[in-house]
Amino acid sequence: MSADVELDHVTIRFGDFTAVNDANLKIEQGEFFSFLGPSGCGKTTILRAVSGFMDPTEGEVRIGGKNMWGIGPNKRPTALIFQNLALFPLMTVADNIAFGLEVRGVSKFERRKRADELLNLIALPDQGDKLVGALSGGQRQRVAIARALAVEPEVLLLDEPLSALDLKLRQHMRTELRSIQQRVGITFIYITHDQGEALTMSDRIAVMSAGIIQQVGDGTTIYNNPSTAFVASFVGENNPFQGTVTNADGDYAVIESKFGPLRGRNTQGLKDGQDAILFVRPEALTLPNGVQQADNVIESVVTNEEFEGHFMKLHFKGEGAKPIGLSVTNDGSYAPPQLGETSKILFDADRAVVLPAGAMADE
Amino acid sequence: MSEFLPLFLAVLLAILIAPHVQKHADRIWLGVTRINFVQRNGVFVSTYLVVAVVTWMLIMIVLPQIYMIDFSFRYNLLPNEIGGPKDVYTLSNYEYLIFGRPGDEDALNWLHLKVFARTIIVSVLITLADFAICYPIAYYMAQVAKGGKARLLVLCLILPFWVNEILRAFAFRILFGSGGVFNVVLQGLGIIDQPIDFLRADVGLYAGLSYAYILLMIFPIYNAVESLDHNQVEAARDLGSPWWRIHYRVVMPHAKPGIASGCTMVFMLCAGALAAPQILGGPSSLWFTQIIYQWFNTGGNWSRGSAYAFVLLICCIIFVMLVMKLFKVRFGEIAK
Repeated sequence: MSADVELDHVTIRFGDFTAVNDANLKIEQGEFFSFLGPSGCGKTTILRAVSGFMDPTEGEVRIGGKNMWGIGPNKRPTALIFQNLALFPLMTVADNIAFGLEVRGVSKFERRKRADELLNLIALPDQGDKLVGALSGGQRQRVAIARALAVEPEVLLLDEPLSALDLKLRQHMRTELRSIQQRVGITFIYITHDQGEALTMSDRIAVMSAGIIQQVGDGTTIYNNPSTAFVASFVGENNPFQGTVTNADGDYAVIESKFGPLRGRNTQGLKDGQDAILFVRPEALTLPNGVQQADNVIESVVTNEEFEGHFMKLHFKGEGAKPIGLSVTNDGSYAPPQLGETSKILFDADRAVVLPAGAMADE
Repeated sequence: MSEFLPLFLAVLLAILIAPHVQKHADRIWLGVTRINFVQRNGVFVSTYLVVAVVTWMLIMIVLPQIYMIDFSFRYNLLPNEIGGPKDVYTLSNYEYLIFGRPGDEDALNWLHLKVFARTIIVSVLITLADFAICYPIAYYMAQVAKGGKARLLVLCLILPFWVNEILRAFAFRILFGSGGVFNVVLQGLGIIDQPIDFLRADVGLYAGLSYAYILLMIFPIYNAVESLDHNQVEAARDLGSPWWRIHYRVVMPHAKPGIASGCTMVFMLCAGALAAPQILGGPSSLWFTQIIYQWFNTGGNWSRGSAYAFVLLICCIIFVMLVMKLFKVRFGEIAK
């Protein structure tokens, strides 16, 4: 069984502080949905409201169409995986996994059988009699997933469960989580501040900042068509150019920046005279390798080079303290400019987006 | 004569050791400074620690107790008989507790045995009652209350214990007396016609004893529960657990050492309490410590008093050990 989750004008306040401000979205059943945002953006608060540890100050949380107000976490068809996993250290692995079944009065024999099945699912067969402390970080991670799946929830909630793991394991667990989700077919709601996790695993992502859902969409949309300055600057790397819109013509807009007029897509319907920021990604910037013409051409000095292997990152002097980043693929086709040299930088208007001026993510 | 022997031994020891110490003073000093413990804490602090612990354990606890054990196996003799032919070891003091005077009608000393049994049973019940009262408070303080509220609660718990034990006990007499708050309220509400004699029914005693050791129950449990990750409580709840199962399966197993430590302390102190039973006990009821006190004090029979006290101590220790074994608590854990 799988259920959809709806947030209908959900606002959550703690005293004067608004943690979540008028969140509206529908998570489809069987979807892998992520809330992405910096710490303190309200994503964990949303998760707690869905799991039942708190109720919204205003609005409704609906699971499978049913209003969940006042229904405790032990009565909701959700299971939560905690950031620190919160496994029970005094119980064996099998007892941990079967705890939810024990609560439901399932017989000892049945419990053990089910625990063993789940141990097979998470590829930890015959580990049921160990204490949790005897397992490695990745194994504990999987036990936590099995413990949550044992109660056959309709929605599985995950609160940054990979943050305590080292990089290699984290990347491995991403694939694993995704494949577990596809096998069990239930709705996953995943909370993270790590955009890599959100982009690789999710069907859709909600980017949050300061209690507000900035944008909801799949990974490609979020990355290629950010709708606010925050999303553009938070997800992936981006080069901002601030300015005023001087020539908006439906699909495109030109802004007057410190580097002269720059043209980009006008997805948000900006009008002349508005303050705006043009964002262009490092991989969309090119060096004048023979070609001298493009929609936008700017000129700046190379201030730093970072060799990353398959590409090289060049830093040019930008508008302020933050440099303009440009990545050059290491395909040997041309030699990049040296440190201190001035070079032209080119980019197409189609690969840049002009967004209303607004708060950007802190670096 | 009896003072001469230890003195003689001490002098002999000094004469034997002193030249040796003098001769090898340098090497001994070097050896001492090489001990890891001394190196870490310095000569002054480590000397103090060793002397303090040895004084506390050996001189103030072990030696007097050995003296009392020795007492308990001797006859209660007149001063001029000590060291004489009558001064021999005997089990008669222990026999008396069990069988009474040889000439008595009953085969067993029912009076004292009953008091003993009652003391143990009531102590167990008071321990259980204290646990039932204190566990929710400790849990609230450790996991629910935040900052200022928890501190205020701790203050409210500690401050009443500044009032001394006698005063608190007499206050309970007033509370439970025939003109006390409880009777007045119950009569005022029309629930009872005649005042109930709570003191004769030992209600005052039980309440007083329960109250006296509340802190000793709360704080060990509080310490243990506080170290529990609150996420575990939430995880259990999220998995569908009702509150009582969360406590039974998650919180209590975690807090077991604290619970064991609180319960043993309350039980031991309760069984060994004297002031509360003296002041709050009904006229016809006795606490075992009161009998011990009578042997020492009015009875003037220190030997028998020591024997009774040791029976109480040993039985309490055995009882505590059995219960700990039953609940699979290791001895070291209660010191956590």
